[in-house]
Amino acid sequence: MSTRLATGGRLLNKGKQLHFTFNGKRFTGFEGDTLASALLANDQMMMGRSFKYHRPRGVVASGAEEPNALMNMGEGGKFEPNQRATTTELFDGLTCASQNHWPSLEFDVGAVNNYMTRFFPAGFYYKTFMFPKFAWKHVFEPIVRQSAGLGKVPKDRDVDTYEHFYAYVDVVVIGGGVAGLEAAHKAGKSGAKVLLMEQTPHWGGRAAVDGGEVNGAPVADYIATLLAELDAMDNVTIRTRMMGAGVYDHGYVLGYERVNDHTPLSTGPRHRLWRIRTKQIVTATGAIERPLSFAGNDIPGVMLASAVRDYAVDYGVSSGDRTVVVTNNDDAYRTAIALKNAGLEVPVILDARASGGGALADEARALGIRVENGKAIAKVKGGKRVTGVAICAQAGEGAVLEEIKCDAVAMSGGWSPVVHLWSHCGGKLTWDETQSHFRPDPERAPTNQDGVGFVVTAGVASGPLTLDGVLADAANAGAKAAEAAGFKAADTAAPTVTATAEAAMEPVWMMPQGAGPALRIKSWLDYQNDVKVSDVRLAAQEGYESVEHTKRYTTLGMATDQGKLSNINGLATLAGQLNAPIPAVGTTTFRPPYTPISFGAIAGEARDAVFQPLRRTTIHQYHEDQKAFFEPVGQWRRPYCFPQAGESHADAVKREINQTRASVGLLDASTLGKIIVKGPDAGKFLDMLYTNMMSTLKPGKCRYGLMCSENGFLSDDGVVARIDEDTFLCHTTTGGADRIHGWMEDWLQCEWWDWKVYTANVTEQYAQVAVVGPNARKVIEKLGGDMDVSKEGLAFMEWKDGKIGEFDARAYRISFSGELSYEIAVPASQGRAFWDALMEAGAEFNIMPYGTEALHVMRAEKGFIMIGDETDGTIIPQDLGLNWAISKKKEDFLGKRAQQRAHMTDPNRWKLVGLKTVDGSVIPDGSYAIAEGTNANGQRNTQGRVTSTYYSPTLDCGIAMGLVHNGPDRMGEVIEFNKVDGTTVKAEICDPVFYDKDGEKQNV
Amino acid sequence: MSNAVSALNAASFEGFAKVSETGLRGMVTLRGDLSGKGVKQAVKAATGADVPDARRVTRGTSGDVAWMSPDELLIICDYQAANDVVAALTGKLSGEHALAVNVSDARAVFRIEGNAAREVLAKVAPVDLSADAFQAGDFRRSRIAQVAAAFWLNDDGSFELVCFRSVAQYVFDVLKVSAENGGEVGFL
Repeated sequence: MSTRLATGGRLLNKGKQLHFTFNGKRFTGFEGDTLASALLANDQMMMGRSFKYHRPRGVVASGAEEPNALMNMGEGGKFEPNQRATTTELFDGLTCASQNHWPSLEFDVGAVNNYMTRFFPAGFYYKTFMFPKFAWKHVFEPIVRQSAGLGKVPKDRDVDTYEHFYAYVDVVVIGGGVAGLEAAHKAGKSGAKVLLMEQTPHWGGRAAVDGGEVNGAPVADYIATLLAELDAMDNVTIRTRMMGAGVYDHGYVLGYERVNDHTPLSTGPRHRLWRIRTKQIVTATGAIERPLSFAGNDIPGVMLASAVRDYAVDYGVSSGDRTVVVTNNDDAYRTAIALKNAGLEVPVILDARASGGGALADEARALGIRVENGKAIAKVKGGKRVTGVAICAQAGEGAVLEEIKCDAVAMSGGWSPVVHLWSHCGGKLTWDETQSHFRPDPERAPTNQDGVGFVVTAGVASGPLTLDGVLADAANAGAKAAEAAGFKAADTAAPTVTATAEAAMEPVWMMPQGAGPALRIKSWLDYQNDVKVSDVRLAAQEGYESVEHTKRYTTLGMATDQGKLSNINGLATLAGQLNAPIPAVGTTTFRPPYTPISFGAIAGEARDAVFQPLRRTTIHQYHEDQKAFFEPVGQWRRPYCFPQAGESHADAVKREINQTRASVGLLDASTLGKIIVKGPDAGKFLDMLYTNMMSTLKPGKCRYGLMCSENGFLSDDGVVARIDEDTFLCHTTTGGADRIHGWMEDWLQCEWWDWKVYTANVTEQYAQVAVVGPNARKVIEKLGGDMDVSKEGLAFMEWKDGKIGEFDARAYRISFSGELSYEIAVPASQGRAFWDALMEAGAEFNIMPYGTEALHVMRAEKGFIMIGDETDGTIIPQDLGLNWAISKKKEDFLGKRAQQRAHMTDPNRWKLVGLKTVDGSVIPDGSYAIAEGTNANGQRNTQGRVTSTYYSPTLDCGIAMGLVHNGPDRMGEVIEFNKVDGTTVKAEICDPVFYDKDGEKQNV
Repeated sequence: MSNAVSALNAASFEGFAKVSETGLRGMVTLRGDLSGKGVKQAVKAATGADVPDARRVTRGTSGDVAWMSPDELLIICDYQAANDVVAALTGKLSGEHALAVNVSDARAVFRIEGNAAREVLAKVAPVDLSADAFQAGDFRRSRIAQVAAAFWLNDDGSFELVCFRSVAQYVFDVLKVSAENGGEVGFL
């Protein structure tokens, strides 16, 4: 039985009872309980099932290291799997369910795996899923998918909110135990800006449970004093429920604050991810107790000695009426003493050390507890709950000397400092022979940008396990961090500490030390992933000598707890089997986060409306009001078409094109990039950027140009207008605006820094509207103003400033449709008004807005290329028949040399042609032109591909552009393009200009 | 000019701090040699303000001047005055290599005010916004969540923030989320 004690529970508010449900059963607990302590208080020791064998599992620990007590927490929009009961604060109305079982926790069909243990050895997956070949896809993968994962996948949208927070301090102290408090206090006194974070809701860590005296009073009093003083310091911030999740280069720390997990109905974010820059980091992260490897050490009721003590002292919960303590060190005696003092039975303390313990052992004996030195557990009896232990000599092979009935086992295999945060950024470890643990090597700290250490460990995290050593180390760490951060450490009096002397621990990696195969196969290392001593030994036998390989082969330490309990025991077992010293085997890599953090916290505010920025032109609202169908173009949403009631998208596109070609249409072209390039060297600069000559352009004129990368590939295109002698305005594609501006600055700042050129990206300064169609001029003239937009006043490829109506406008006579066309820029703040004015003026011509698809079709009818359709990063202008836009006179331009390389001048490069289907249908997008025969992979040979393909309302048939082998030399030839249904479509190779080849319509 | 409207038409939101769009503002990008006499005199003449130090904003009688980069300033003035400022700067700097351009319409401006205004920004901008590190007259060209933005602290404790006009709604929405009641951090 585990139950609530009449006394104890220093963290509880027994005046406030809370209700919660577990697997549908209603339970009660108190404010201050963790879910684990509340479940234990209700005699719910079994809290889950293991991953591989579905073995019954009880809670083992009382903190972040817990491998077993993982819950499906909450319901609906608050559901989250794999939540540790030990770090979940109880709140009224909490709902949770255990994981990895069917149909119930008590009776689980999957537990049949348990009886197949010998058929699931280490490397089971690697050995099993290899043959026969077809079986992976059809047999194994479906089974593995079915059984994968512990918790359920959330099905509903998360109803909570999350956020980030950027903080800048001098010293971050991670861990609010007595060491963290001491270190923060010392650093705070120096005047440094200190942020102290503690992952639990409580300050002081284990100190109050473990006891000891500081300055002649209980350590709890000292903790209270430190806290009060820290609270009073303006330069110190202290936060609970905030975990140091990761340490990164340049003093970057992630703090994971669980703001509202314990008050789920509060306003505000659930989690807050602190993104902290600090000069120095103190990790006062404490230590984790190690389990002992004996047969049956995973049966519910076998717990860490420290956890049994925590539940009794902190939460007033007894883990069992009769608890056997088994240990290799003195600390576990504190558990026996605490239990005895709480009125519980401790039938025996089994001390694996032949020489036994020190003062604490004497104290236990004085309380009347039986202590057996040199003894061990041969096996734990029980199934879903411990019923007893069989005792043997630690030195032997497990011959049972005696059986003792009990319902809990408190084990301690020694303590390992929590070195994770120290190690995240490269801090090195050293093996401590005395304590048999890895501890940080202060000589090999993680280093910052100056090669100087930026992480200091404090207290137990450094290695010392006694209170006097802890406080001395912590004060030193606080001072060291403050000094390294540029402050002068204050002289504060060192506290006087009374700590109990402890006898040396003895490493015990197998219990009993000579345990045979039958015991080893029942001795668990990794509870969550079901890895046993036998598995690690087998891996070593099969040649997995590297600890990293053994980890992956056995899955040791790969569960959600990342081996916090199993790591050291596992590698010690491996070292034993390899007959190598433990430090030679080493540890696996510690990676952030320390414990799993929520995806919500990582995403921060980026969800729903602010998941991604959505760029809107000043005319965007009009498009929305018209219920335009949008397509993403960069971060803009541009109208694809403007369907009218009952109209399909295809019909809308057709109508928009016909209207534009017959009368007049409007396009919101505001998204096109507009970059001012100014300076005495602006012409020279643009000559380098564009393949054609720009420096000869006359003010008032426009010229279309191509830009290539240094590798010769076509990168962007657009119309350049020369504003005055020194100033050009370069239009880019919508998606290219920021990229090309960056590209220009890159060349100006890094390569041609002595050229006198300035750029400014003025894309958003203007709303730009294309007025297109035979009636375009009439619409503009109707608006009035002082601008002469006649053929003579503003000729094709010219631009002009002036008034159109009441608007300050700059009009460009350029055409991407082949029609009479003006692109008119007005200040963005007047964009919507200008658009509305055009719509009104054009009403008599049935003016209509058209979308990007109509724009695409019209440009394809004219044979104009589109960056991103005809180009894909592997296309050079010559492939597209754009040789006319490549200057032969210029000494150099970006891409020139690359375009002369053998592969670029290869006559076999596919070249752009027009394609007209024989039957008038539309070639599918992405289609390939097939050729005779097959390639080495048995695939059909190809001789070209489609780059743009549309139904042309103007020609009333399918038209396309494509790249075809020797295409321009094959005019009139019919080739076949593949279709998804396996058939082909015939198309005739033709000129890519389908419409008004002589350009008479745009030049009127 | 009666047709001119700002991006969000003075939208505002009150959470634990107040966020509001301020309406149209004149803005001029000036690129040139910031250490040169020409730029200093031209800026002084156009605004009455000195050329600011790095990451600072200076105040003038007819405009404020913010440091954008080692060769770029942002001049903030009345919306109606921006073209005159461009003309004045261009005139004064006609003899040297410089670029002045009106970017007023490319921008949206927000004000963030209230005791915890610093925390609204500190959730979405990677900037040290503590009182000792970010003081009145300080200016940062940084980002707000996923987009570029610049902001400065006024003498009255309010922040003003400039972003591109196309993302005004996004920035406003982000600032709203950031200023939501219950989200006070209590750090700054």
